[in-house]
Amino acid sequence: MPTVGVKRDLLFKALGRTYTDEEFDELCFEFGLELDEITSEKEIISREQGDSKASGASDIILYKIDVPANRYDLLCLEGLVRGLKVFKNKLEAPRYRRVSPANGEPQRLIITKETAAVRPYAVAAVLRNITFTQERYDSFIELQEKLHQNICRKRSLVAIGTHDLDTISGPFTYTAKPPGDICFKPLNQTKEYTATQLMSLYKTDSHLRHYLHIIEDKPAYPVIYDSNGVVLSMPPIINGDHSKIALKTKNVFIECTATDLTKAKTVLDMMVTMFSEYCAQPFTVEEAEVVYPDGKTCKYPELAYRKEKLSSEFINRKVGINESTEKIAQLLTRMCLLSQVTGVGDEIEVEIPPTRSDVIHACDIMEDAAMAYGFNNIPRTTPRTYTVANQFPLNKLTELLRQDLAAAGFTEALNFALCSQEDIADKLGKKIADTRAVHISNPKTAEFQVARTTLLPGLLKTVAANRKMPLPLKLFEISDVVLKDETKDVGARNSRRFCAVYYNKSPGFEVIHGLLDRTMQLLEVKSARGTGYHIQAADDSTFFPGRCAEIFVSGKSVGRLGVLHPDVINRFELTMPCSALEMDLEPFLGHTAETTLTHDVPMQEVIKHKFPTQDGSLQAPSSQPASTKTVFGDMSTPAGLKALNDFLADRSYMEGFVASQADTAVFDAIPSSPALTLCHLRRWYNHIKTFQRERASLPSAKSQFVLPATPPSLTNNTSDDDEDIDLFGSDDEAESAEVARIKEQRLAEYAAKKSKKPTLVAKSSILLDVKPWDDETDMGKLEECVRSVCMDGLLWGQSKLVPVGYGIKKLQIGCVVEDDKVGTDLLEETITAFEEYVQSVDVAAFNKI
Amino acid sequence: MADTGVVETLLQRIEKVDDGVDSLEVASSLGVDHQVIVGAVKSLQALGDVISAELRSSKRWELTEEGTEIAEQGSHEARVFSSIPLEGLGQSELMKLSFGKIGFSKAMSNKWIRVDKAHEGGPRIFRTVEKIEDQVREKLLLVKKGDMTQLEEKEKNELKKRKLLSEVTVKSYWISKGNSFSTTVTKQEAELTPEMIANGSWKEKKFKPYNFEALGVAPDCGHLHPLMKVRTQFRQIFLEMGFTEMPTNNFIESSFWNFDSLFQPQQHPARDQHDTFFLSDPALAHEFPQDYLERVKKVHSEGGFGSQGYKYDWKIEEAQKNILRTHTTAVSARMLYKLAQQKFTPVKYFSIDRVFRNETLDATHLAEFHQIEGVVADYGLTLGDLMGILHQFFTKLGLKKWVEVGNSGVFRPEMLLPMGLPEDVSVIAWGLSLERPTMIKYGINNIRELVGHKVNLQMVYDSPICRLES
Repeated sequence: MPTVGVKRDLLFKALGRTYTDEEFDELCFEFGLELDEITSEKEIISREQGDSKASGASDIILYKIDVPANRYDLLCLEGLVRGLKVFKNKLEAPRYRRVSPANGEPQRLIITKETAAVRPYAVAAVLRNITFTQERYDSFIELQEKLHQNICRKRSLVAIGTHDLDTISGPFTYTAKPPGDICFKPLNQTKEYTATQLMSLYKTDSHLRHYLHIIEDKPAYPVIYDSNGVVLSMPPIINGDHSKIALKTKNVFIECTATDLTKAKTVLDMMVTMFSEYCAQPFTVEEAEVVYPDGKTCKYPELAYRKEKLSSEFINRKVGINESTEKIAQLLTRMCLLSQVTGVGDEIEVEIPPTRSDVIHACDIMEDAAMAYGFNNIPRTTPRTYTVANQFPLNKLTELLRQDLAAAGFTEALNFALCSQEDIADKLGKKIADTRAVHISNPKTAEFQVARTTLLPGLLKTVAANRKMPLPLKLFEISDVVLKDETKDVGARNSRRFCAVYYNKSPGFEVIHGLLDRTMQLLEVKSARGTGYHIQAADDSTFFPGRCAEIFVSGKSVGRLGVLHPDVINRFELTMPCSALEMDLEPFLGHTAETTLTHDVPMQEVIKHKFPTQDGSLQAPSSQPASTKTVFGDMSTPAGLKALNDFLADRSYMEGFVASQADTAVFDAIPSSPALTLCHLRRWYNHIKTFQRERASLPSAKSQFVLPATPPSLTNNTSDDDEDIDLFGSDDEAESAEVARIKEQRLAEYAAKKSKKPTLVAKSSILLDVKPWDDETDMGKLEECVRSVCMDGLLWGQSKLVPVGYGIKKLQIGCVVEDDKVGTDLLEETITAFEEYVQSVDVAAFNKI
Repeated sequence: MADTGVVETLLQRIEKVDDGVDSLEVASSLGVDHQVIVGAVKSLQALGDVISAELRSSKRWELTEEGTEIAEQGSHEARVFSSIPLEGLGQSELMKLSFGKIGFSKAMSNKWIRVDKAHEGGPRIFRTVEKIEDQVREKLLLVKKGDMTQLEEKEKNELKKRKLLSEVTVKSYWISKGNSFSTTVTKQEAELTPEMIANGSWKEKKFKPYNFEALGVAPDCGHLHPLMKVRTQFRQIFLEMGFTEMPTNNFIESSFWNFDSLFQPQQHPARDQHDTFFLSDPALAHEFPQDYLERVKKVHSEGGFGSQGYKYDWKIEEAQKNILRTHTTAVSARMLYKLAQQKFTPVKYFSIDRVFRNETLDATHLAEFHQIEGVVADYGLTLGDLMGILHQFFTKLGLKKWVEVGNSGVFRPEMLLPMGLPEDVSVIAWGLSLERPTMIKYGINNIRELVGHKVNLQMVYDSPICRLES
């Protein structure tokens, strides 16, 4: 936010009244500004350079006012006063006009093609018969500086040159020349320099040296000459001394050279709208003609007024107020946006003046209306948005674990994600190339060279900074490190780590090992090779030889622990033995019923948008005959509906937290509106019914809930897909589609096989062995799932749990089936669909009855 | 507890006298170490007002180790004298004796002995007097008996100089009857024991009073970091308000998602090298949703969606540049884009995570800090809704003026419409830093004491739980 300093008394004089500081602060707030500071030149100098230097300085009171970054029209006293007076209804916003010169021949600025390689654009205008006073002159110079710093991006986008027109004669030529060929007397110097000499002269200039880089390495530098070869300026560095303006200057030639034409026009508009007030004919600006290398000519300044039409309903709706059309037009007019009620409904025509380049959308007009209305007058309301909150599973796990690690006696540290290369490599006895670290290209100090790839250095530095604390020091941190990862769109990803150190007179490996055991206990991982966790000796240059072990969970390495190498201890300026543990936490994320949010976005659009407005074309409903068979049983039977009802008791949707194809598929499987007693099912059914219009655009299903009634033919699968809809935006979804396709194929094969069997009415007694997914599987839930399978001709019998070893039990469950209705393949298929619980299903015994 | 016998004897002695007794005297008359009596006094004092004991200190002369030796065996010079037979003794032989050297010179100056240097077979020593009086020993014996009065000050100092005497300060108690004096005291128990509970003896026992002025033993425990404690509370507030947590575990972001998708022009100063950390490896992001990217490009360079646009030459190269994200709004943009890819449903999202700025550092600014962000997307949200929800949020924080520490607003249509969100959907959002409220909450002035390795662990140990409402 730029800050504008104005003399208080001058401001009050221009405003036509005085204010107390509090009153003016209040006025600023209402107008979207902030009175940042009340000070004086003397105070500023004495604060920055000491009292002695300030002795001669002025003690006229200055107001420092913070102005919104894109309000270039408020960067000088003239603009501020104009804005505030219009806001307070004391002034009508002036109309800025471009006029032709009295002689009918405008000043010309001819651009040559050489400029294309360095600074291709230029615009110009003339302020005719202007009257400067010291204050006006100072403000004029100050505004140029403010614009240079803000919209001009430190002169890189636009540079402004102002000249005493009476000292030069047009037409002017804007060209680019090798620096050795440019020679002139620059502003406030006594002799001529070549551009090359100037560049080295200004190397040490506290102000100008910041702009040298813009053209320094270009073969040709931009330069503007008049018809006599007088140099007006060498943008964006310095003007010539010859044409410099002074208090007595009457006619000002303004040129703006730029790399961005839009911004150049805006800057020129700002300069002339602000200071044409002091011309003999106020608010008129004499045009100048710019001739482009292709011969095209343009007249500047543009001073374009744009009209927008919007409805008062729009303003009322977006702001949350209820004002008449006339009132809203008045509000906008007070913000220098001259507005009129057109009389067509509640339409308002808003005129956006050249000073308001910040207004680029109706939403900006809405915001101005809100400001004029007064933000504090808008009634506060509560959005009706109903949502169910979910935690990000990784953060949830982190939060829970942190609490228990502190309870285990370790204190939480919080270190920077950025550090030096040395921290993550040399000091740990590693090579930087092996770290997969991401590197920062513009670090100001070595502390910000890389993003950390390990949490250990941070903890060791924390120990080093707290060596005076009583021993032992037991610290931990759970945080993200960053690793390069080709598979991500940005080529890197975070990894959530857990790290702990124990620092004492003895290494205390057993303490760190104990913490690992406790952590695993908290994460419900048992100590066992294979399915549980175990540690095994490993070589690692960070650790003392023979004192490092790798941590394995279900056979996969997740981290390391051990006693640190004495060299590592020394490099972190420590003196005591230290043991440490660092491991990945992400492998411990459990399965969740919710669809996990990720920041990965689909790289192809799922919904093909039709711009500018979407039309709500109806998707043709699927013509496939609906199957009533689902994994919950047959939807035409009460048992099946009951199972689905139970499933939906604590879910909004079949999958995740938004409606998907899984919902519509199951919806279609239900023959009619469910009974009132099945409240969860009814609630869901009615909800999904509302999605019928856009059902085809819902996300695809992750799992298959509906089983085909008849063997589906493979050919009709894709033929009627709407080409506009790509249901499988991401790889994941494509994969699950593939799985679904294979499943369907298998089912088809099965059905074909089954159809060949003789149609004898026969029953069989089957004993199934259902093995759980892992040792943590809830066997109760598993049995519930198995029993939830309902099929015509299937009757579940008794069951028991049989140990299979390592504490794992399998479910042995009996059932009686009608052979021609239920096959073991189908049964197995259906049960293994409970992927979260079921590892495998085997037929232990099969007997014909 | 001191020996019960001594305690009783002491009490009996006190009973017999009118005024009181001196602990030193008691010790010497009982023939026990003074410390035993001091112990008895202390344990009697602990019982309450049984006795009153006044600390006294007096100076006393004591024999040094050497002095004790002399008092027993005679002074060195006397021993030299007595070890010389009538026929004399070789000087070298005398010097072999432990007291020889010192005793010889003293005996010489006393003129008890003489040396015949010319004697054949080396210098030889002879007695010069028949009998000596060992005054040093006698004086020391007097001191030993405690009879100091017969010694003159000068003599004491002489002996002190010879390191035979030393002056010691003796502390003793003047013990007299207390208000509740009694010769029979029951022993007070320090603590309740399992045995007492088992046999019920606690009913008869008296227990030593506790000193409630003293501090307890600090528990041996770990501690959570204060900033993380505050983070937990903010998460809690959002969850209470029904906001779902966004996955913000991606510090590396492309300029596209961090800036362009938010309709921030490519020349914006925030995208300057001075404000943002750019990456050299991996320098560029390589994958974008193409259709969306085209619409972003268009709205920047030409406008559309009701906007004039910025009308500049938008470059994909600038959007590809990888950076350390400067705000978590980059993730909000991703989430909103994803939302637009589904059938739109209203959402409330939040996140609290790290962001990075390549800024000048001072006491309150670091290159990385935590941003708290809340986002609501729904049909027809108003500015009044934004102010209402902010009010609710900051009311939960307990301080209304905290509004000033954050930013809030309505996302621009130029950001939302290219994503594909329905036109009548508005998105309101607000953000603030986690560090600032934490520093206010815990009264920390220098951010480095709070975040990073220079943290003051004592501060972490001592920080109270975080109750934002108070």
